[in-house]
Parts: sequence; structure tokens; C-alpha cells
Amino acid sequence: MNRILKNRTLKATAIAAAVIGVVGVAQARDQVRIVGSSTVYPFSSYVAEEFGATTDYPTPVIESTGSGGGLRLFCNGVGEGTPDITNASRRMKVSEFERCVENGVTDITEAFIGYDGIAFAQSIENDPMPVTREQIFLAVAAMVPQDGELVENPYTHWNQIDDSLPDREIVIVGPPTTSGTRDAFEELVLEAASESFSEAYGGEAYSDVRTDGGWVDGGENDNLIVQRLTQDTTAFGVFGYSFLEENSNVLIGSTIDGVEAGPEAIASGEYPVARSMFFYLKNQHGDDVPAMYEYADMFMSEQMIGDLGYLKGIGLIPADEQARAEAREQVANKVTLEKSDLE
Amino acid sequence: MSQSFDDISAQLRKRHRKSARLKWFSMGALGLAGLFLVLFFTDMLNKGLPAFQQAQIQVQVDYSEQASQIPLAAVEEEVRDLVSRGFLRTIPLRMKNDPELLGVQRSEWVLADGQVDQYLKGHANKLRDDARERVDRLAAEGRVALKFNTTFFTRGDSKMPELAGIMSAAVGTVMTMLVTLAIAFPIGVMTALYLEEFAPDNRLTQIIEININNLAAIPSILFGLLGLAIFINFFGVPRSTPLVGGMTLALMTLPVIIISTRTALRSVPDSIRHAAFGVGCSRWQVVRDHVLPLAMPGIMTGSIIGLAQAMGETAPLIIVGMVAFIPDVGASFTQAATVLPAQVFTWSGEPDRAFIEKTAGGILVLLTILIFLNATAVILRKKFERRW
Repeated sequence: MNRILKNRTLKATAIAAAVIGVVGVAQARDQVRIVGSSTVYPFSSYVAEEFGATTDYPTPVIESTGSGGGLRLFCNGVGEGTPDITNASRRMKVSEFERCVENGVTDITEAFIGYDGIAFAQSIENDPMPVTREQIFLAVAAMVPQDGELVENPYTHWNQIDDSLPDREIVIVGPPTTSGTRDAFEELVLEAASESFSEAYGGEAYSDVRTDGGWVDGGENDNLIVQRLTQDTTAFGVFGYSFLEENSNVLIGSTIDGVEAGPEAIASGEYPVARSMFFYLKNQHGDDVPAMYEYADMFMSEQMIGDLGYLKGIGLIPADEQARAEAREQVANKVTLEKSDLE
Repeated sequence: MSQSFDDISAQLRKRHRKSARLKWFSMGALGLAGLFLVLFFTDMLNKGLPAFQQAQIQVQVDYSEQASQIPLAAVEEEVRDLVSRGFLRTIPLRMKNDPELLGVQRSEWVLADGQVDQYLKGHANKLRDDARERVDRLAAEGRVALKFNTTFFTRGDSKMPELAGIMSAAVGTVMTMLVTLAIAFPIGVMTALYLEEFAPDNRLTQIIEININNLAAIPSILFGLLGLAIFINFFGVPRSTPLVGGMTLALMTLPVIIISTRTALRSVPDSIRHAAFGVGCSRWQVVRDHVLPLAMPGIMTGSIIGLAQAMGETAPLIIVGMVAFIPDVGASFTQAATVLPAQVFTWSGEPDRAFIEKTAGGILVLLTILIFLNATAVILRKKFERRW
């Protein structure tokens, strides 16, 4: 009886040891782990695939978690279980940097890869409708100024906002609050436009979106928004520029403040709703995961983010030559990001 | 108070009308459900079947010194922009790994660019007019053709639609399901055995029973959060792996297995147990030699259905990081992997229009597997189930 018991304990220990052994694997890794923005994801995964196919390293693992979600995982700490690189469709916020430092992630390099525009588009069956950011703001905001007072958004048709606009119901399908595209839309369109009414909002930037049906959350998947626009011809959509380019046979973009969305206008900053895209490297992982620098170098190379690079073909809008060279230099030298850079 | 004959027959007619109406309504509901199913299938087949064919192009490949530096130089200029970059970019690495390839010149059928494929299928594409003319000419010569898409079944995900396949997701699914089964099946069956055969019927076991039934109805994403909190953050199981995915899905499958096992055990008549006890079997012997074998078909059916459910699940796997871009076919349980429904989800978000057919193709494969699994469950039940 005693022996059986002993035998059992032995077995139990063996199983427990096996489980722990499985769990506590791997210090040095070949495989780079990447998280972050769904906007950068197509570019990042393109480079990752190229990296896996043309080198002896395994393909990096990329999760599309959104810019904020990616930085949260990235700043969770150093070591196994935390990602090596995070993608972001905006710059890291100071608060995020502070959280990183608090958790011991002190040596970060920033890599700037290029631009992406946000399109305001509709079904091609309609006539083109040029808009201004103020008009979009008045169509989307939850509270709008009227006769010097803030009231709940009363506009149901575009021509109520401005006589030059058609008599068409206001329906705008856009990304939900978890999306980086939504962050950028709120910042670049709503907050920017609200400044022209700043008195009404007490001088503060305003970006609350109406919830009475004028704005519809279309989900993280930009394809769903595109599909919706082809069926519902009254609706407008807000989504990444690459989806407009890809679907130019069914959709037509609106000019914003008189500028048409296009590669040149976005790269030059003329098109007002454009943003920069980045990824961040955790240098403290550099010794254990050497492949991350080779991946980063490939990403920063001319053949990827250059004027004739592959990423241009899938919607990246390259920065000008000097900016690219500077960004490349910064990555090659593993320049540590300082808090003062972000302020 | 007697009712007249007319009253009664009027009432009868009314009741008959009511039951006829019920019949028509329920037939209508069935018809509607059938219609949706037919619409869904025709839509999926329409969009998905082209995914099983892929354009290939016959080219003269010249494995020269120059090609090992600049892969584009390996093929004639006429077809350079029509050949998939997925083929070209592998040339330098292949030549490095196989020195004998240097100097070889041969005619090969290679993957054509995704845009050529879309053009041949009559879908929207970005080919320029002169490229279209060249494709038309090559097609007339028989040097460009749609062939069975083996790539779709032998390769993992890719950003190039012509290279994208379901292999890595399929392998990931198999490994994840193995982990799920290895955990959920023994624990589930044992739990059910205890509750059904050994446990006393008291307040405690009743509470446990209610909780198990509740667990089966919990939204699956909560299991993902639980998996993240316990397996990844507490036990440090590596993220995005079949191990953590399988463990998470096992949590979800457990209640299904427990409930179906209990039902199967309950359907074994007590007379069998009594007879076994009567000839002096211990409780363990009764369970092992009599109850369990008789209940097995029911247990298997329940487990397969639970597994099929887990196989179609994405929500909890997003949380534990299994919805990711993973082109490499996994080789171990602790290597990052993705699963079939997650692959479908990823493809549905691609901007490139050629991924629409990949998405539908992936759905068709997943549906085929699920129908096969469910059919197995039905056959097992029909074949081995005994009525007492």
C-alpha cells in the first residue's frame, strides 16, 4: 500500500515537472514577437513574411491589437512573455512612456516608417461631395454650438449644415473607439475642427461622437465599412486610405478642405487627415532576440519604405528621402527614446 | 346547459383552423431557415470555389550568377511582372542552399502574380492594359492557365494572395484540438462519473450541477479572459501557442462533455449496475466493465460535438493571442500558431480584393471539416446507441 502511494506521488511529481518544463521554455529566441496597430499590421506582416522567406530566421509573429493595446503589452515589462516590437499608428504618448519606464522598459528605439491617410468616402454612384473638416464635425459631434449655446446635434441632413451640400441623410460609418483610425479621426478632424468653435466649448478640444444614429460604429474591419458603403449609398465611411485605393472601382473619396486624398497630398501634409506610423523596439531584448534588429533593418530599407518600395504597392505613403534617411539612421544606431522627444 | 350542434361544430372548425395555421407557420419557419442556408451556401460556393484554382505561368528559369543577386533576372523580361514575387524572392536562398542549381536553365510552371490570377478569373484587378494583352497572348499559347491550387493547402498565410494557404492554420487547429481533447476529455468524463456514480445527492453536488449547467451557457470570450489571467499571466504559458489556446478551449468544452457524459451514464439502466453488484463486482469494476463501455457512444458523441464547437471558436483565442499573422507551419505546442476560423477572420480584414475568395475558400474548408465531425457524431450515435 505504502509503495503504491509512493509510486503515485512520484507520478504526480513527474507530471507536474513536465508541465513546468513545458511552461518555462526558451530564453534566447529566434522568433521576433510583434504586437500593435491594425493600421500598421498589413505593412508589418508584409515585411515579416519577406523576412521569414528570405532569411533563415522564422517569420516573426504579429498580432493586431490596436496601437493602444500594443503599447500596453509592450510596456508590461522586460523578458519572456512581453513583445519585442510594437507598431503604432500614432506616436507613443508621454503617459505610455512613463508606464514603460515604471515597468523597467527604459531602452526604446523609435522607428518612423511613413504616412497613412484617412479617407472620407462614399459609393461611386453618388456625385462627389467636397467637404470641410468643420462640416464633418457638425455632422458627427454629439453637441454642436447653435446661437452661442451647446445643443444636442440637431442635423439630420447635410443641407441643414450648409446649403451647398445635398439634401441627403447624415449617415457616417466609421471605426469604433478601440481603433487607432478612430483616434486619428477624432484628433485630426473633430478636435481640429472644434477649435474654430472654441468659444462654444470653453476653449477645449471636443471630440464626442453623436450616438443618435448619425454615426455608426462599423467595426475594426475596414472591409465591412467598404461593403456597407456599396450597399447603403446614402452613407459615408471613415477608413484607412489604402482601402479607398484598393476599392476605387466602387468608392469615391471626398476632398477635405479642398484637398483630394492621394499619395503626394498625404506625404506633404497638405491633406489634413494624415498621420505618421511608427514601430518601437525594445532594446533590452536585443541580446536574446538578435533577429529583431535584422527585421527592423529590413523594414527601414529602401526596398520596403522607399519611393519604389514594396510597401507603397500596398498603401504605405513614403516619407521624403531625408526623413527616411534620418529614421533609418536612428534605428541603425539604436538611439534611445527620451521622454523629452515625446513632449 | 347544453350546446347546440352548430355551436360545437363552429368551435371545432375554429380549432381545426388554428392547428392548420400553426402547421403553416412552422412550415414557413422551416422554409425560411432552409432558404437562408441555401443562400449562404450558394454565396460561399460562388465566392469560395475560385480559391481552389490558381493561375500558373510557364517560364524559362535561368539560375545564373546574376539571378542569385537579383532574382528578377532569372526570368525573361516579357513575364517579369506577371510572375509571383513569392517565387522570385526564394531564388537566392534556394541557390545558396543548393549549389548545383547554378547554371541550370529549365522551363518551369510557377505561380503567377495575384493580379494575373484575378484577371483570368474575371475579377477586379490592377493589371495595366499592356500586361493584360500579354496575359491574353500567353493564355492563348497555353503558357498561362488556372490550375488546381495546391499552394492553398500546403502553405501558411501570406500577404500575397497567390501564396496564401491554410496549412499553418490547419496544423494549428489540430494541435490546439489535441490539447483541448487531452485536457477536457479525461477531466470531463471523470467529473461526470463521480457526480453520476459516486457522489451523494446533497446540497453541495446540486450546487455544482447548477454551476456546470451555467458554465455551458457562458459567452465564450469570458473563457478567453480567464485563460489570459490564469494561464498566461499567472502560470506564464507562452502567448499565441496551441498549448494556451487548447487549455482555454478546454475550459469551454468541459461543461459540454460533462453534461453529455452524465446523460449517457444516466441512460444506462440501473438493472445492469444491480446485476453487476449482485455478482460481487466492486463499484470500480461496475463502472469500468459495464457502465462506461455502454455509455461510450454517447460520451463520444458529446465530446465530438463539444470539440466541433471549440474548433469554430475565435473569440477566446483573440484574447490569448492566437489571431495573428503566422505563415510558418508550427512544429511544437509552444510555438506560435493560429487556427482555421482565426485565419478566416484575418483574411476577411485584408484590403486586397483577392482575399475575398480566400476567405470564402477557408470557410468552405472549415465547414467541410465541421460537417464531417458532426456526421461522425451522428453515425456513432446511430450505430452504437442501444435502446433499453
